[in-house]
Amino acid sequence: MDFSVLLQDIPTLLVVIIGVPGVLAAYIVGGEYLVRRLPDKNRPRVRPWIWVGPALILVAGYLLIPAILTAIQSVESNRVDVLDPSTWGTNFVGFRNFSRQFADFPTGGAWVAIRNNVIFWLIFYTLFTLAFGLVLAVLFDRVKYESFVKSLIFMPMAISSVALGLIWDFMYEYQPPGAAQTGTVNAVVTTLLHHDPVSWLQDQWPTDTFNILNNLALIGAATWGITGFAMVILSAALKGIPGELLEAARVDGAGELTVFRRVILPLMMPTIVVVGTTLVIFALKAFDVVYVMTSGNYGTDVLAYRMYNQLYLASNSGGASAVAIILLVAVVPVLIFNLRQFRAVEARR
Amino acid sequence: MTVAAATPTTSAAARFSPAWILERISRWPLHIAVIGLTAAWMVPTIGLLVSSFRPFSGQATSGWWTAFQNPTTFTLSNYTDVLSQSTTNLGQAFFNSFMISIPATVLPVSIGAFAAYAFAWMKFPGRNGLFLALVGLLAVPLQLTFIPVLSFYVQHLHWTTDNLESYGIPGLPWVPLWLAHAGYGLPFAIYLLANFFRALPSDLFESAEIDGAGTLTVFFRIILPLSVPALASLVIFQFLWVWNDLLVALIYVGSTASVAPLTVNLAGLTTSLGQGSNLLTSAAFFSMIVPLIVFLSLQRYFVRGILAGSVKG
Repeated sequence: MDFSVLLQDIPTLLVVIIGVPGVLAAYIVGGEYLVRRLPDKNRPRVRPWIWVGPALILVAGYLLIPAILTAIQSVESNRVDVLDPSTWGTNFVGFRNFSRQFADFPTGGAWVAIRNNVIFWLIFYTLFTLAFGLVLAVLFDRVKYESFVKSLIFMPMAISSVALGLIWDFMYEYQPPGAAQTGTVNAVVTTLLHHDPVSWLQDQWPTDTFNILNNLALIGAATWGITGFAMVILSAALKGIPGELLEAARVDGAGELTVFRRVILPLMMPTIVVVGTTLVIFALKAFDVVYVMTSGNYGTDVLAYRMYNQLYLASNSGGASAVAIILLVAVVPVLIFNLRQFRAVEARR
Repeated sequence: MTVAAATPTTSAAARFSPAWILERISRWPLHIAVIGLTAAWMVPTIGLLVSSFRPFSGQATSGWWTAFQNPTTFTLSNYTDVLSQSTTNLGQAFFNSFMISIPATVLPVSIGAFAAYAFAWMKFPGRNGLFLALVGLLAVPLQLTFIPVLSFYVQHLHWTTDNLESYGIPGLPWVPLWLAHAGYGLPFAIYLLANFFRALPSDLFESAEIDGAGTLTVFFRIILPLSVPALASLVIFQFLWVWNDLLVALIYVGSTASVAPLTVNLAGLTTSLGQGSNLLTSAAFFSMIVPLIVFLSLQRYFVRGILAGSVKG
């Protein structure tokens, strides 16, 4: 590789390192300059909008308005230009985009993706990650080299899901029975369990319509990457439990398991719930691992991948919008929960 | 002298008392569990790392763990091959990743800091409602926004990679991606920073304002320096998020080699080289260098950022 590529394009480098921060600084300094030219009375009324304006425009332009337009697109045909309100209505198709996604239960339309997201990913990804995170946090809390082992567990958080997918492609590699296994998981399965090697990413055990095995293989890979996240937050909550409380329980003759079940777990419940809701959102938005490892084949499709597929491979923006709305509906309960949490915290302020 | 010498003797006696030894032995299962779990967690990464130093013939016929029986077969050729092949474009992608990640971090963090300052310390109509809306938008799936934004870029502004490159303005082909990342990153940036700014003692600004300091001075001289920990966590978080992002880059710039970041390039290599190719192992490690350096050197801030805002979606 030619590392000089990093220096060859010096104009771009300058734009990125000096230009962008320069524009931002010029904006805020210039904005304040203009505000000071205003009469005293108007300054406090104009100033906040100078400071908050760019953020509001970007959030409205990239999140709020597009989300509303997607909802409109989902009930229009692909001919509509969703940015041009005069074409709305003329191509109205009602719920046809949705009925196509919900056709042919259980294997047609979006059903496979819905099942994988709201059953397999939501349940197993969340539970595995919480369980591993909790066990690791509690165990690591008792040793002196805690911060060292924690950063090793946490490290996969820093790498991209693409690299994560590649790492696990190698873990799950499959060679025919009898041949030397090159994948770590199959080596364990054949030598320790004396079982035939399993094609983890393709094997649709137990049935093609309820293929839990290869979905669990994907979920396992994703869990490996995210457990550090759960562990770090749970560990911080664990450290917040007063030592005297645990000491008192132990003095009263409670065993370690009882202390965990009756004292630690209830006190950590609020944190577990917060981490759990975040993980539920991650589970519903799963994309990268599926994209890299199976491309949604062998019954491993998920909503985020299906949406991408509908948009790019099928050029079906109506269908893609419908899938995005289904995804939103799945996330809404978590969203409402988050807002309630936020309000409760604000009320205590 | 005698006193100083006596102290270690007594503690040594205590240290090797039967109770002490029993206590140590009873902790062995704990240490075995901790070290065993951590080692198991490391296996996937170590497996890929070892594989990346093995020749193709070895990778295809035996597992990475057999490599230690014959360490002479280790080779750097996977790294030199994947980096020298012009078709892989790894060098270009590496550069692109930096050119995408730096502005896509600077923009939301700066604009977020401006807005957070207003939300925390200025009064304006609709302030609480707007902040609540931002919290609600934290978890909205980005999928919901791709189609209209893409259609606006391509059909209305004609911002395709080819068109933008034809202007010859440096950095221009990435502007759509920078702005998108800024929009997507802002709710979290504002949420995190506003909470931090609000917790700063208000007397500080009031006395500064009495001394005649303007809004800009208060912001740059008092608020920002006091908020370095929060800003550092946010910068690291956003940088790693953008560096590791696949989906948003795939949607807005696609896989054109001159603009695609490392993640898109690497995902493309899995198809073009075929899953299980020996060059993928080294390419994967190459893509992990920057995040690992950032993570290992600034881990403390990264963890703090996670603890401060565990609601980001």
